[in-house]
Amino acid sequence: MTNIVVLAKLVPDLVEELEIAESGTALDMEWLRLIINEFDNHATEQAIILKERSGGEVTVIAPEAEGANEMLYTIAAKGADRLIMLKGDFEDGINNHALARAFAGAAKELKPDLVLTGVQANDDLDGSVGPLVAEYLGMSYVGYISGVSVSGETVVARKEYPGGLIAEMEVTLPAVLGIQAGEEPPRYVAISKVRQMMKTATIDEQEVGDLDASGGAMVQRMYVPEAAERAEMLEGDEEEVAARLVEIFKEAGLV
Amino acid sequence: MAANTISHFSPFTQEFYQSLFDVADGENIKTCLQCANCSGVCPLGYVMDFPPGRMISWLRAGIFDEVVESDSVWMCVSCYACVEVCPKNIPLTPGLMTRAKEEMLLAGNIPTELQSALEFSQRYGNPLGESPRKRAEWANGLEPEVPIMRKLKRPVDVLWFVGDYPSYHPRVQQTTRAFFKLLNALGIDFGILGPEESSDGDSQRLAGERGLFEVLAEKNGKAFSKYEFGEIITTDPHAYNALKNEYPALGIKYPVRHYTEFLVEHLDGIKALLKGNGEMRVTYHDPCYLGRANSVYDAPRELLEAIPGIELVEMEHNRTTSLCCGGGGGGMWLDGFQWEKSGARLSDWRVKEAADTQADVLAVACPYEPPRFEDAAKTVAGADKLIVKDIIELLADAL
Repeated sequence: MTNIVVLAKLVPDLVEELEIAESGTALDMEWLRLIINEFDNHATEQAIILKERSGGEVTVIAPEAEGANEMLYTIAAKGADRLIMLKGDFEDGINNHALARAFAGAAKELKPDLVLTGVQANDDLDGSVGPLVAEYLGMSYVGYISGVSVSGETVVARKEYPGGLIAEMEVTLPAVLGIQAGEEPPRYVAISKVRQMMKTATIDEQEVGDLDASGGAMVQRMYVPEAAERAEMLEGDEEEVAARLVEIFKEAGLV
Repeated sequence: MAANTISHFSPFTQEFYQSLFDVADGENIKTCLQCANCSGVCPLGYVMDFPPGRMISWLRAGIFDEVVESDSVWMCVSCYACVEVCPKNIPLTPGLMTRAKEEMLLAGNIPTELQSALEFSQRYGNPLGESPRKRAEWANGLEPEVPIMRKLKRPVDVLWFVGDYPSYHPRVQQTTRAFFKLLNALGIDFGILGPEESSDGDSQRLAGERGLFEVLAEKNGKAFSKYEFGEIITTDPHAYNALKNEYPALGIKYPVRHYTEFLVEHLDGIKALLKGNGEMRVTYHDPCYLGRANSVYDAPRELLEAIPGIELVEMEHNRTTSLCCGGGGGGMWLDGFQWEKSGARLSDWRVKEAADTQADVLAVACPYEPPRFEDAAKTVAGADKLIVKDIIELLADAL
């Protein structure tokens, strides 16, 4: 039996315009809508597929945030067995070094055979969570995975490389895998099932204590990309535009 | 009447069969004659492993489990064509077909493209995946300012339930703005909910997501209860159907009319305003949820006939036999799936019929239709000059 742990977090939902907080170093969280990190959603799907195929138990660990309860109940409705929510001083954001230490602390207790998490997230400012967790747990890490099969003490992971290459890598357990895509797209679960889970499932809340954020990058300034010089629009008929283009190329030393 | 418990049924079949009696007239299913009118009239019945009539025979054989292993019920566009022709008045669309989709959904057997519309509806309150805060952005820059109930802080005669596609779809927003113009021209005292409005949820319900429908209905019910208004009107037959026939059972009871019913009452006032917009030959498409599901056939035609210069001609299928545009019951979000199975688009068939009437304009009264029919007109031979307009737009153009 494989003991699988999934690490999942909520990230800013890009359906809304992002705004910078007054501090100028972070997003304004007040109007922000949060959504499960897409890659974590795939990691969850992969974990449930593995459980359905080869047995085992799936535990999901997520840091507290608005909507984290709902996210955990939804994952339970899809087939996860145990839900853990990390509680701590997360309100002003948490860097990935601190988050990875918190994840690793909670995961260690569970003695996982396999840890799955999204390979990246849209708010990863200081490295992705997976390799950091692997470091703190003393496990191997392989990222950009799009399919996993378990056989005994090892897993075979399909790792994606640029240029359309795929490698099948044998990884000795325990290990951490950074999931690029699950074997199947994340499944749909009827709202009635999620509502049922809200009544029957329990979320184990764990205090993480003081967070150690060392090693992470400090944000000095966060800002919307500023438009550089505007493009020059060439007016006139074909002849005029072509003449002007030649002129510009000459000025730039291209012809 | 036959007994409700039948010994040779599998437990699943038994439970499913029993649940069909909860729908109005549900017990009529016991009297099915197996005449197969339903399967014959179904626009996509010919590609279904289990068209409605065969579903009933499998039910009676006690082996309904096999039906939900097939994905053919996702071809159903909830168009009520089967209900219309059933001699025993069996509620096939709201009962059998919708219940079957609910079971498919619970079992996780749903096409991926439908999934995102349902997730968006749950998350953002609209199936298009747009920000709920931008629900009233169609009104930006309009004069006078579109009255939003939260800001208006007074009772209104009419609460305009705008709906999903009228709020967000760029093509349908044109219809929405035309309706705004029309309401102002008629001097109607109205307001909208703006960002407090959620999807009516009817198409999600008919695509098998009953729980999601209830969540959305509760949100709308809560928003309605904050304000005072005489009645609700909407340009969306799907919202109209939900508010009229489904919300009351959830304790959300308000008088509601489709815009065609509402405007027909103001016909004299409208006629006084209409100058006409040239001679044109117009054919009218009865939307399933205005026509067959709610029997509104005359009001849209009276409005069209009131416009100077319009000659109204009928397509071969009209009123109760109208052909579905393919958007109902989740069809709006299953285009790819249904195309792969059938190689046909229902909107193409409809546009072909419209073109056969030699009409200049295909008039519609449902927000699903302008984008669907305009797309079809681009590819159907002989339909390239066909203009698709909502009745609202034809009225506004003639002011």
